[in-house]
Amino acid sequence: MRWIWIDSFVEFTAGERASAVKNITRSEDHLHDHFPGFPVMPATLIIEGMAQTAGILVGEARSFRENVILAKIRRASFDDFAVPGDQLRYDAVIETIDEQAAVTTGVVSKNGAPMGKVDLIFSHVNQANKPPELPDHNFVFTDQFMDLLATFRNNNMSGTPSDE
Amino acid sequence: MATSRDEVFSKVQEVLTDALGVDDDEVSAESTLQGDLGAESIDFLDIVFRLEKAFDIKIPKGELFPDEILNNPEYVDGDKMTPAGLEKLKQAMPHADFSKFEQQPDVSKMPDLFTVDTIVNYVENKLQVA
Repeated sequence: MRWIWIDSFVEFTAGERASAVKNITRSEDHLHDHFPGFPVMPATLIIEGMAQTAGILVGEARSFRENVILAKIRRASFDDFAVPGDQLRYDAVIETIDEQAAVTTGVVSKNGAPMGKVDLIFSHVNQANKPPELPDHNFVFTDQFMDLLATFRNNNMSGTPSDE
Repeated sequence: MATSRDEVFSKVQEVLTDALGVDDDEVSAESTLQGDLGAESIDFLDIVFRLEKAFDIKIPKGELFPDEILNNPEYVDGDKMTPAGLEKLKQAMPHADFSKFEQQPDVSKMPDLFTVDTIVNYVENKLQVA
């Protein structure tokens, strides 16, 4: 299954900030049930989009040595709906990062206008502090996430315009 | 300029209301973070980060909440702390009030050492040293 809730990065400043966009389409399965006749992107998936944007930013800041786990949603507030046809933009900033964890703040915008805030805490999970039930390999940063960052970097290095 | 205890308390109160989603009036000096205010493990890390920002201080891992003492078998015997463990904990937490805990040092009661006052004491010490 593809569990990926951002389409592409549009900005990436290592260790500091990252921005990604997500275009909402009517063909997404979850919109058929949420809600019938009134498709709205669930707030939980908007949070996930921010978590993926910020999570990759945090992972990259420490060279993807650890698994980066979403540990706490400090704040999630939205004052608008996002529906098919809208473009969401996630702007994430690292507030604090150390060997244990990272704190990020984030703004969600819809078609260019801010519509919410999502602040998160991530835990760094490595071999030394890993609970036994978690796998040994890096299970967070799979190819589908690494490809997103690689695509952004390839595009920017070759001078190709970004998706924005 | 020195920060008064009331000022420290009121900033700590704000940190805890933000971190734990509780109301101001729930946060009194004697409130325990876990029992009274419902803090979970990740909240302790959140509280540390927020205190660092609110007071512009650096809190090394394990200094405010020295939970790693419990991982040492020398310091724990079944569900009780050994005298050596209790002594170690008291040294590690000069900011906590041990008067109740040391009468019956059950490991399960250790979270009761983490009160709002414990944090206020810690921050006060930290600001005096800085």
